[in-house]
Amino acid sequence: MIAALSNVEVDYDRGLALGPLSLGIGAGEIVALVGPSGCGKSTALRLLAGLEQPTRGTVTRATGRGETAVVFQAPTLAPWLSAQANVALPLELSGTPRPEARRRADKALARVGLSGAEAARPAQLSGGMAMRVSLARALVTSPKLLLLDEPFAALDEITRRSLADDVLTLWAATKPAIVFVTHNVEEAVYMASRVVVISRGPGRIAGDFDVEGPLPRPPHFRTQANFRATVEAVSDALAQGVAA
Amino acid sequence: MNRLAPLLLIAVLLGGWEIACQVMQVPVYFLPPPSAVALALAEHWPALVAASWRTLSVALISLVLASLIAQALAILTAVSPFLDRAIRPLASVVQVTPVVAIAPLVLIWAGLDHPERALVTLAVLVAFFPIFSGATAGLRSADPDLERLFALYGAGRWQRVVRLRLPSAVPFLLEGHKVGAGLALIGAVVAEFGAGSGGVRGLAWQILDAGNKLQTDRMIAALVVLGAMGVALHATLEAIERAGLKWWRGR
Repeated sequence: MIAALSNVEVDYDRGLALGPLSLGIGAGEIVALVGPSGCGKSTALRLLAGLEQPTRGTVTRATGRGETAVVFQAPTLAPWLSAQANVALPLELSGTPRPEARRRADKALARVGLSGAEAARPAQLSGGMAMRVSLARALVTSPKLLLLDEPFAALDEITRRSLADDVLTLWAATKPAIVFVTHNVEEAVYMASRVVVISRGPGRIAGDFDVEGPLPRPPHFRTQANFRATVEAVSDALAQGVAA
Repeated sequence: MNRLAPLLLIAVLLGGWEIACQVMQVPVYFLPPPSAVALALAEHWPALVAASWRTLSVALISLVLASLIAQALAILTAVSPFLDRAIRPLASVVQVTPVVAIAPLVLIWAGLDHPERALVTLAVLVAFFPIFSGATAGLRSADPDLERLFALYGAGRWQRVVRLRLPSAVPFLLEGHKVGAGLALIGAVVAEFGAGSGGVRGLAWQILDAGNKLQTDRMIAALVVLGAMGVALHATLEAIERAGLKWWRGR
């Protein structure tokens, strides 16, 4: 178990937002959190990251400082820094000497297919490229737990799919645990080894599905019967969760 | 054609003014025609340029001082909520107090032997607020997700200020300095008026002096120079802002 939420509840001013909810993330697992808007799936992610504290319940993490990385919905890059400096930032903040940080940043950029874009500023990058820089920044510290909060929501379908494959390829190299939030069921089933459905008001787990099949996905995985069946099952759970 | 539109309007207004003065035989001490103003401008040119330089240097020195003070205080408010509470209301008091009302007092304190110090002090007071409020707003403008990222990687308080909040504040600082520079010039002129003949003999003094001697053409000539200086200062700062933003964003 690399991270776990046990009976966590989060209260907001307008009432209960999440829980009670328990969720364990195993090492090397890829877990998708799906649910309708406002079900608290992003809150669950922030709890796992330690960016937010639960009102009740406990969050445990078997990762040290710098071993948890987060990718947000927007690329969230510093506009005044080059792609390289943006990626090097997590290392520099935790005390890595600048030349080494920059060298490792270049490697991380190469891993996401952005060799040659080191000097580019975020404003000069396309949405997909900026998201890759954001991914490189998350990977540069070699995290054991990678948290993605609707990372591709703002991108077009083609860019989205190619980034999904890239994330799986990158995952295969070091096998960090990945938790990602999405409201796209097909994307969840395609990318995850496990799909957790969260229902609304307050957020609770309405289904937990294992996805069969090799990772990264083989070509035409989306047309396989197993994929279609899991998408159907997740969609049903989602519909019931929304109705409940 | 559109670019020429303001020039055209100015030409028409000047022409109308000139003709009206000639036709209605307006006394020169009351309203001199543009031609007389042009002659006065030529005649007093060296004195006007020297006076402009005095006023401008007071404004620029004040801008630099206001910039340093405002940014230092803004950083303090960003680092400590306690200092934030302490400093903000006082900064607002400085903003709402009219500079003409403080001028006599400052002139007594700083100005008896060194009138230029009094002028600088007053112009600093005027230029301070836009820079300070730009800086405080800018220091708060950092992307909340970037703030979270800094927290995740264990960045300290000063690391956040230096590596995140200050760079995020750059566009706000550029805007604040642009407004502050214009106000520093206004502050310098107002302070000169307050100081009167005992002050630095800048453009405002030229206007006062010409007024006392009923040299209305020279008054207007000094006003024209003051206006031109204001426009030039604004254009310069606008160019600096554009270049600064380009540098900050990388395009």
